[in-house]
Amino acid sequence: MKSLGLRRGVNWAMTALCALALLVALVPLASLLWLVISRGLAGLSWDFFTSTPAPVGESGGGVANAIAGTLYIVGIACLIGVPLGVGAGVYLAERGDGPLGGAIRFTAEVLSGVPSIIIGIVAYALVVLPMRRFSALAGGVALAVLMVPTLARSTEELVRLVPRSLREASLALGVSEWRTSLSVVLRTALGGILTAILLAVARAAGETAPLLFTALNNQYWNLRADQPTASLTVQIYNYAVSPYQDWHDKAWSAALVLLLLVGTLSLAARLLARNRFR
Amino acid sequence: MNETKIEVQKLNAWFKTTHALKDVSLTVPKNTVLAIIGPSGCGKSTFVRCLNRMHELVPGARQSGKVLVDGQDLHARRVDPVDLRRRVGMVFQRPNPFPTMSIFDNVVAGLRLNGIRGNYDEQVEKSLRQAALWDEVKDRLQHSALSLSGGQQQRLCIARSLAIEPEVLLMDEPASALDPIATAKIEELIHDLRATLTIVIVTHNMQQAARVSDATAFFYLGELVEHGPTEEIFTNPREPRTEDYVTGKFG
Repeated sequence: MKSLGLRRGVNWAMTALCALALLVALVPLASLLWLVISRGLAGLSWDFFTSTPAPVGESGGGVANAIAGTLYIVGIACLIGVPLGVGAGVYLAERGDGPLGGAIRFTAEVLSGVPSIIIGIVAYALVVLPMRRFSALAGGVALAVLMVPTLARSTEELVRLVPRSLREASLALGVSEWRTSLSVVLRTALGGILTAILLAVARAAGETAPLLFTALNNQYWNLRADQPTASLTVQIYNYAVSPYQDWHDKAWSAALVLLLLVGTLSLAARLLARNRFR
Repeated sequence: MNETKIEVQKLNAWFKTTHALKDVSLTVPKNTVLAIIGPSGCGKSTFVRCLNRMHELVPGARQSGKVLVDGQDLHARRVDPVDLRRRVGMVFQRPNPFPTMSIFDNVVAGLRLNGIRGNYDEQVEKSLRQAALWDEVKDRLQHSALSLSGGQQQRLCIARSLAIEPEVLLMDEPASALDPIATAKIEELIHDLRATLTIVIVTHNMQQAARVSDATAFFYLGELVEHGPTEEIFTNPREPRTEDYVTGKFG
């Protein structure tokens, strides 16, 4: 038998190794945050949040229309994607044991593995070509397609977590099955589902590829669903690939804004999750 | 003898290939309490779950035979299980209040989810009084149902079942997860409820069966071994298997 001292030593060494692994894993994250904040903070001003981009060579200008556009496109994506994703998830959990459920599950799995740029191309073919224009709607459709599979799978998991006894309690009261699914099962799982939605939204808000040839971009305000619309991600992309130092700085600042937006959403999701009934 | 409330004829039930109930026939008179006793896995729960058609909700479950409530066959094509379950309420083994709802909302859940409007306040007080819970919760009706103790939760579940005014109440080991004081309260409750309801209660506790019931049925391996007045079953059973069980020789 090994001595207690040796076991303590091994224990200490393994704990230290784990801590080291955590530190190494945090290095890229911390450096990313540091880089974005240090380069982006200087460009942040009231103007940056409230005005539209300035032409090349002129100073000033901001990304107000891109912030609004991102929220707008993601909003459209939610309108389409949330009912579809949550509905599909509830179906999978309640009736998904047959072959149809299996097919849906398989499709969702494949779909969630498809690179987002391919989803962009599909939205281009399905929405942009028939409408003959780039539009916020096309961008919203692309992001919705991206949201649905993950949302469906997480909703399914969350609904399955609702104890069978609650469903039975409701059915034993003479409540019909659809009403039970909606008012008891879904309501009980609601906190978790809201978290899943916020995480899906945060992920969608950070996508660039599906927006490049769907919503395109726009240097001006636009709140029409059938017009090209700016988004933070595409704006960052355009600024970053430009040859102007001024625009590079703006790309960093816009990146910081995007990071703040996504971070706020994730934080809200965490808070929502914490406030659920135990 | 009262008129017959529930009549079971040659009831068989299966889970996939397991034959859980074999040719069970018995009757329950109106406003009486029937206790069902027997060792674990003998089909007690399956039996009561056939009485409000909860059995058929389990995947792979089948049944044959007849269950009549007030002379009407439950499995007739035109009987809607949803309607039936409003007449035949059920209380489960573990308290299962709705965790997202307040005490008040739990009591009226059956009414509200069935689209029945009306003066909920009155109904809530009446049901909670019937379930002997009113005095303990009247000042905190808007609190979460999960803030109650286990025994209170179970009485809340009983109040929830009573709020839709069923004719029959099925209780599947309603006190098995509760302490003796809470159990005594539930037993008292069963005594009082007999005036307006017909009750079928599954229990593992033989003293409980003896205390609360008018008639007792002993199930063993899916068969109804013996059914008769409670006193007879416990003092002078006809079947040796019943005697062995009630005297604690096996079980």
